[in-house]
Amino acid sequence: MKNVREMKEMLEVLEHDPGILPNDLAVMLGIDVEEVTKDIRELENNGIIRGYRTIVDWDAVGEEYVYAVIELNVALEDRRGYDAVAERIAGFPEVLSVRLISGDYDLSLTVRGKSMKEVAFFVAEKIAPLEQIHGTATHFVLKTYKENGAILFDEKKPERLSITP
Amino acid sequence: MHRNKISRIVQSVPPSGIRRFFDLVTGRDDIISLGVGEPDFVTPWHIRETCIYSLEKGYTSYTPNQGLIELRELICEDFYRNYHLSYQSDEALITTGVSEAADLALRAIINPGESVLVPEPSYVSYKPCVSFAGGKPIPIETFREDEFRLIPEQIKKHVTPDTKAIILSYPNNPTGAIMERKHLEEIADAIIEHDLLIISDEVYSKLTYNNHHTTIAELNGMQERTIILNGFSKSHAMTGLRIGYALAPMELLSALAKIHQYTMLCAPVTAQMGAIEAMKKGEEEMQKMKKEYNHRRRIFVKRLNDIGLDCFEPQGAFYSFPSIQTTGLNSEQFAEQLLKEQKVAAVPGSVFGRSGEGHIRFSYATSLNELKIALERIEQFLNR
Repeated sequence: MKNVREMKEMLEVLEHDPGILPNDLAVMLGIDVEEVTKDIRELENNGIIRGYRTIVDWDAVGEEYVYAVIELNVALEDRRGYDAVAERIAGFPEVLSVRLISGDYDLSLTVRGKSMKEVAFFVAEKIAPLEQIHGTATHFVLKTYKENGAILFDEKKPERLSITP
Repeated sequence: MHRNKISRIVQSVPPSGIRRFFDLVTGRDDIISLGVGEPDFVTPWHIRETCIYSLEKGYTSYTPNQGLIELRELICEDFYRNYHLSYQSDEALITTGVSEAADLALRAIINPGESVLVPEPSYVSYKPCVSFAGGKPIPIETFREDEFRLIPEQIKKHVTPDTKAIILSYPNNPTGAIMERKHLEEIADAIIEHDLLIISDEVYSKLTYNNHHTTIAELNGMQERTIILNGFSKSHAMTGLRIGYALAPMELLSALAKIHQYTMLCAPVTAQMGAIEAMKKGEEEMQKMKKEYNHRRRIFVKRLNDIGLDCFEPQGAFYSFPSIQTTGLNSEQFAEQLLKEQKVAAVPGSVFGRSGEGHIRFSYATSLNELKIALERIEQFLNR
């Protein structure tokens, strides 16, 4: 890896376009393809690259997922603080994200299920009963407009003239 | 008795060579166009939002002739920060695009019959604007072997006692050439020796990929004879908002401002508001776009060379200007056949002056995916 600036540039490209071919990435950044492959492996190994995900608009294929944002009040009972409870909650596959937040609540989760009932039961059975959890607020998602930086609504790009000086 | 209604000057200027290609392409959606001279990005949202908000607040009246004072001050600060050049806000004029600024600059300095040197290949408007202003454009060639930089010998060869000014446009459309400080220094002596004014169109100044842009006004004795033209179209993807500006010492600038106040009055206020936002907070988005152009540039130019179109590395703007001489076609034939057979639109080099012949302009201000498809098609075209 040459320097931090180049590493960041590589990560920016990968974040935006994880499927890019190493050859293209090498030319884009002006470095050898061997170096690119080696650097990517290194970034994966040391946990800077945490994974590659495809953003899917499940609504568009008629898959009826139900998403909910769930806010939790946490009462701290041991010295491990928020981490212990957050890590525990993060273990459930239904939970897509866990964040420690400021404000009226302490943790914010995104949960995905097949139905409202499933999500509600998940919260009632797995989350609410945890000792440290002293309150929950569940907000079901009605429509997602933007996900991880990707626009999920149809956006018509204004047209340019095809030939201009 | 019929008198010809159209002025002799206007009649003498040939129609733009781009027009024909425009007509061939219009209305077709199966074409990948590498013929576009503007960013493919939409104006950053914070700038658009500022324009919308200014309309909501009712900013719809004239501004001072020279433009909003805040915008002029921001531009002057930017020039001091980047080039250590001092301009007072009175030495800045906000125009309706750089095109207006170029027209004003030429009209402000040309007496009937005086000539202006126009290094080519260059943007298509300079020569006609010189003619419209009553002057005589003198095209001077730049060469592939100099990476399309202007060399002093060419100035000396073409300058006459009637020559009033020279137009510089680097980073260059269509070649992507730049003039580094040392190259500008090489031509400075010839410019001083012949007491030429300089009209320096630097609209692509923010888009240089290996070097920080140098403006010729930075060189000793140059600021006093230079009219700098620049704007927001390319740097902030604001082409349709039409905001450009001119910077020049008071005596010159007031001549431009005089014409502007009688013709344009002022640049559109909404767009000026957007330009203020661009100056204040546009850096990050601009750098993002520039990075993206740079990635495309590297991929596109390498592939062009790989498939057999000799292309020097463009250092600025968003154009590549490969030679097509190995194909045996002239640039118009190449562009027309490429369009008809492979549905890729590009602009023949000859449109940008005689020394553009033998080359073609491909713009890489298009998504990487489209560029890749276009490259495949160009390769097929070359192998037919």
